[in-house]
Amino acid sequence: MSDRPAMQDAVRLVGLTLGYDRHPAIHHLSGTVRAGDLLALVGPNGAGKSTLLKGMAGEIRCLEGHIDRSGALAYLPQADEIDRSFPLSVMDLAGMGLWRKAGSWRSLGRRRPEIGAALDAVGLGGFEARPISTLSGGQFRRALFARLILQDCPVMLLDEPFTGIDNRTVDDLLALIRTWHGQGRTVVAALHDLTQVREHFPTTLLLAREAVAWGPTARVLTPENLARARNLSEAWDEDAPVCVGPRTADAHGHDHGSHGPDAHDHHHEDAA
Amino acid sequence: MIDPFGPLLAPFVEFGFMRRALAGCLALSVSAPPVGVFLTLRRMSLMSDAMSHAILPGAAAGFLVAGLSLPAMTLGGLVAGLAVALLAGAVTRATVVREDSNLAAFYLISLAGGVLLVSLRGSQIDLMHFLFGSVLALDDAALILLGGISTLTLVVLAAIYRPLVMECVDPLFLRTVSRSGGPVHLAFLALVVVNLVGGFQALGTLLAVGLMLLPAVAARFWARDLGGLIPVSMLIAAVASVTGLSLSYHLDLPSGPAIVLAAGALYIVSMLAGPRGGLLRRLVRPRHLEA
Repeated sequence: MSDRPAMQDAVRLVGLTLGYDRHPAIHHLSGTVRAGDLLALVGPNGAGKSTLLKGMAGEIRCLEGHIDRSGALAYLPQADEIDRSFPLSVMDLAGMGLWRKAGSWRSLGRRRPEIGAALDAVGLGGFEARPISTLSGGQFRRALFARLILQDCPVMLLDEPFTGIDNRTVDDLLALIRTWHGQGRTVVAALHDLTQVREHFPTTLLLAREAVAWGPTARVLTPENLARARNLSEAWDEDAPVCVGPRTADAHGHDHGSHGPDAHDHHHEDAA
Repeated sequence: MIDPFGPLLAPFVEFGFMRRALAGCLALSVSAPPVGVFLTLRRMSLMSDAMSHAILPGAAAGFLVAGLSLPAMTLGGLVAGLAVALLAGAVTRATVVREDSNLAAFYLISLAGGVLLVSLRGSQIDLMHFLFGSVLALDDAALILLGGISTLTLVVLAAIYRPLVMECVDPLFLRTVSRSGGPVHLAFLALVVVNLVGGFQALGTLLAVGLMLLPAVAARFWARDLGGLIPVSMLIAAVASVTGLSLSYHLDLPSGPAIVLAAGALYIVSMLAGPRGGLLRRLVRPRHLEA
């Protein structure tokens, strides 16, 4: 692709803390998503997966640290964040993906074949004129994937793309993701199905407010790592003391779980 | 031969001031309803009501300075309305409080200030003029203002149409691809204010909202997408203007309320008979299809 970043890093996280109302949901996370990575974000509810994706997409401000992005990102939010009752056709929804090319003014009329091809690619051929309010959950997700295709970005961020979707749709969309991977795009997806992750995602970031492990999937999704991630306390401690800096090896005042000392050597291993 | 439209249109044929009133209301009928369509789709219907109250103190301040002067009162209303809209928008972006709560807070402050200003100087009659407008006394300046507002609204809506739709459906997406979300939102709020100020000339503050929202809500019973909703809402507003003005002439009713009641009647008819979810449609259930 022409707009490939020269550098090999698609997204770099440096001492990143993201959160709400001073309480961190992502705490001092550092690491690199390499260009061309197919990365799964795994972790229990409240682990900060959505927060991290929103942070990468530039949706929320960093409490500390920063995120370096090398190019345009496409972001698929969780399903419930879009107003599906709005009287809009499938064609118009998918066509939004052409914003960067068409902007506010240029006609989408000449690009109809392009939009049609994207809808065909997600199995929604013939649905162009349907209002989005009449789509099923799976069909709606397919339409959003068509929009992602049209966005044509080097980096794709997907927040729980397969929640509440039947197997056939999941298989179709996974095939699409593999195609993107094959084209050299970077894909980061928050997922819950570990079998799916082991089968389709070469690298994994196991998240529990901090990175429990980050690297090749087989080495990350070990029983010990998963147990450690489960121990994450979801509680919101009103009396948590002010964090004074990145965690070091010695004990720290506001430990959220029972990490062993080995929990700290989670820096990015080479996935290639 | 009996002409059924004779009595309906006779007042406009006979009297110049009725033609002026009609021209003013038709100008408003093509600009306010599309704005109302977007308001209802964003579930912000009542926001226009709040805004209509917010422009009162500005108009009152203009009145205090210059008496019953159209430019002074219009300018005052615009300033007050835009100030409330921008403040509420800015506070919403900067804090956790939602936009509807902020608007409510600012419009209440504004309205109380307006009532205070009017009562300091004006009489009861002046207050009635504020609330119910003076569509039968539109002079050239008022007509030019209404025409200008109508033109401005349609041009701006055309310019921001695509990002505005995107901001309604999926604001998050718009933010990730473009920075236009904020300016588009503010431009839209400004259109709401401008149309309310225009409506306030013709119908008064309390009823200006009527011509903005009633046609927009009624249109939802007739059309499925934006391409249908907007023209249908304009048509309903125009019909309401003609019948309302005509009724007010024949029955000697105040014209502002008559127009809004006509729009209200069209809403009720739409709600009953409209093909998209109207009540009567629910009684007759056609056989379902095979797939």
